[in-house]
Amino acid sequence: MAKKPAKIIIVGGGLAGLMATLKICEDGSSVDLFSYCPVKRSHSLCAQGGMNACMDTKGEHDSIYEHFDDTVYGGDFLADQGAVKGMVEMAPKLVKMFDRMGVPFTRTSEGTLDLRNFGGQKNKRTVFAGSTTGQQLLYALDEQVRRWETKGTVKKYEFWEFIKIIKNKQGICRGIVAQNMNSNEIKAFAADVVILATGGPGQVYGRCTASTICNGSAVSSAYQQGAEIGNPEFLQIHPTAIPGSDKNRLMSEACRGEGGRVWVYRKNPQTGEKERWYFLEDMYPAYGNLVPRDVASRAIYKVVVHMGLGMKNPNRVYLDLSHIPADYLERKLGGILEMYDDFVGEDPRKVPMEIFPSIHYSMGGIWVDTKHHTNIPGLMAAGECDYQYHGANRLGANSLLSATYSGVVAGPESLRLARSGELGDALTPEEMEAARKECAEEFDRIRAMNGTENAHRLHHELGDIMYKYVSVERDNNGLAECLKELKGILRRWDSIGVTDHGTWANQEAMFVRQLRNMIIYAMAITKAALLRDESRGAHAKIVLENGERKLDENGDLVFMPRDDARFMKTTIVSFNKETEEPEVTYREFDHSLIKPRLRNYAVAKKE
Amino acid sequence: MAEQKKVRFVIERQDGPNDKPYTQEFDVDYRPGLNVVAALMEIQKNPVTVDGKTVAPVVWECNCLEKVCGACMMVINGKARQACCSLVDKLDQPIHLAPARTFPVIRDLLIDRSVMFESLKRIHGWVAVDGSWDSKDAPGQNPYTAQTAYEISHCMTCGCCLEACPNVGPQSDFIGPAPTVQAYLFNLHPLGKYDAPIRLNALMEKGGITSCGNSQNCVEVCPKNIKLTTYLAQLNRDVNKQALRNIFDH
Repeated sequence: MAKKPAKIIIVGGGLAGLMATLKICEDGSSVDLFSYCPVKRSHSLCAQGGMNACMDTKGEHDSIYEHFDDTVYGGDFLADQGAVKGMVEMAPKLVKMFDRMGVPFTRTSEGTLDLRNFGGQKNKRTVFAGSTTGQQLLYALDEQVRRWETKGTVKKYEFWEFIKIIKNKQGICRGIVAQNMNSNEIKAFAADVVILATGGPGQVYGRCTASTICNGSAVSSAYQQGAEIGNPEFLQIHPTAIPGSDKNRLMSEACRGEGGRVWVYRKNPQTGEKERWYFLEDMYPAYGNLVPRDVASRAIYKVVVHMGLGMKNPNRVYLDLSHIPADYLERKLGGILEMYDDFVGEDPRKVPMEIFPSIHYSMGGIWVDTKHHTNIPGLMAAGECDYQYHGANRLGANSLLSATYSGVVAGPESLRLARSGELGDALTPEEMEAARKECAEEFDRIRAMNGTENAHRLHHELGDIMYKYVSVERDNNGLAECLKELKGILRRWDSIGVTDHGTWANQEAMFVRQLRNMIIYAMAITKAALLRDESRGAHAKIVLENGERKLDENGDLVFMPRDDARFMKTTIVSFNKETEEPEVTYREFDHSLIKPRLRNYAVAKKE
Repeated sequence: MAEQKKVRFVIERQDGPNDKPYTQEFDVDYRPGLNVVAALMEIQKNPVTVDGKTVAPVVWECNCLEKVCGACMMVINGKARQACCSLVDKLDQPIHLAPARTFPVIRDLLIDRSVMFESLKRIHGWVAVDGSWDSKDAPGQNPYTAQTAYEISHCMTCGCCLEACPNVGPQSDFIGPAPTVQAYLFNLHPLGKYDAPIRLNALMEKGGITSCGNSQNCVEVCPKNIKLTTYLAQLNRDVNKQALRNIFDH
């Protein structure tokens, strides 16, 4: 007997959303796909360096277990090991799928897929399409989904913004409210199951490597409606970005994978002569320039901020490719070298690039189980917006993998749930209208705001605050202060004035709504960081002594150690509707497969 | 203190699809590396014209700001290009911004490019795989062919080439260089080429490759430096061959 077709709403058309869409279409069910933008312009396309999968085509005896161990070790033992295992096992199959779909992967002379080195991994394991891998993977799925669109099983709602979920009488999520960003029409939509695949919250920090659409607003909205957030304090700071006033542009880890070196000038401690100091190679002889991102970013901070080396005002270090033959660079890294030239006006084939760390990726996000269900029945999450797979730090080139894999899991699982008979009642027209009306009234209130604050300037301040207190190095004084200042920002949100009061493509009013969600998510990040009294992965907390940052005998900052007994647990943040504040608890997770051990990239990894 | 250097922007605005366009001028503080999107963001922070009038902020589309997503295409000093990588230092001032009027204007600089995505359906712009499940290994590929595919696959559907093409517009049905050349991309793939006749036949129809007037404007403006005219010429040859094949196969 044919299975009963289900109707799934997917919000977000990046790799995760499109992959889930494909799986659902292949089942014969249908998808309403919502996106801020044509899905072909989603942020997945900014991923540059590649996707990890144990292809083992370089004679290095790479193994899936090694990929598994590198990911868990790289994530400082905070990733759910059962979930990671499933992902790394599937990875080579996903590469073959993309290859069949026509992704123009870079190839060897024999025509097989080439592999490159990436951070935190000793073996060549990263398949890539030049330096625009994300763009190429996204396009492949975009094309496949377009094919289903012609068959009528996908209905795209592009330029529609998700506002909130709608629950039925049993508290099960059965629909959403969304707004057409051009006509500003607000409408309620019903489905069997809703999957959020809305990407990361980089815009909470203002200037970051994320696209302007990566504001975390949808995640924050779900959080305010009861979805739990997992590990929000773990934000990846990418060591090599080109700082800019409008955005920090990513300079791929593939630069270092292909032999790029990071250095600053210093006086040689013995001879006193000026020399280039390749500090990552010096500090971490086993991994050198290919240490994981959290480690590299901390090293750059140490060298520039604390030792006073590197360029000052603004702070920069060199990322150098100029020793590598130009034709090799062109073939392997062409796209991003052109980008550096476009935006900085210098040719990185000839001169070292000037770079600095930037907010890049959120390991944390909506808490999901290994099948991608949130704690709200009927609501699922996939891609960067969920908290799975990366623990306390993500390895480079694991994000294209986790985004795709989570779609592979979430799509079929949404269908199982849709057919399970566990979804309670469908939404009534009254319930849908009530939800729609609430959002429409909120939008009208925002359009009428006539206070003195400018939303975009307030957003800039929000980013400054988050960079100041919740960045590479954190301490409890700063985090407590940050929470206080965020409450101030939230209060000032009430005093925003808009200059556009219309109802046609009113981007300003939509931004004001997003901004409130960003501030509330920032509070979840900060509270979680404040309460986690240890250092793990991207969360590095400095010890305070008599209210000051503690230094050791060499004058180096003293960081809290990793504390497995207290903190080898998932942070769970819930929104308290009365106080509008985050509440933090901790949850056990599966770490049964690889025993925790100390993470040290100065020496080769021991198993 | 030295006086802050300003950059003048003359922006063509339009409140809705059927409203009359008008211009407004804004001054933005100069800083090194300033690009057009960054300047529009500054206007959002202070939406006041040079006449001191507070207005609604300018509406436009942008996402990645890295010249990969294709969203922020607009006409800058008369030329279609991405706003994010248009550095003020390299532009004549005052800087004129206008929407790409080859496409319907939604508001200000925001345009509706859905026609391009529709054209990708028409040219069968995908490899018709059996499914996303694990089946067989993909065939190996000539690395040189793969490199050509990689070049064409950079097309971000921004629409610069359509804006620049004299044959795209109300006078013609031409679907434009970008979607046309995508057909060539899929015909290169070892599995995609199975459907090459479908794509070539689609390009024989009204608005297909015969509408290309070979003005060569497209290749001049492509922000991804795709050799559009080279591939259009190749496709033209392939379409002719297909036409002959159609005759003899009947």
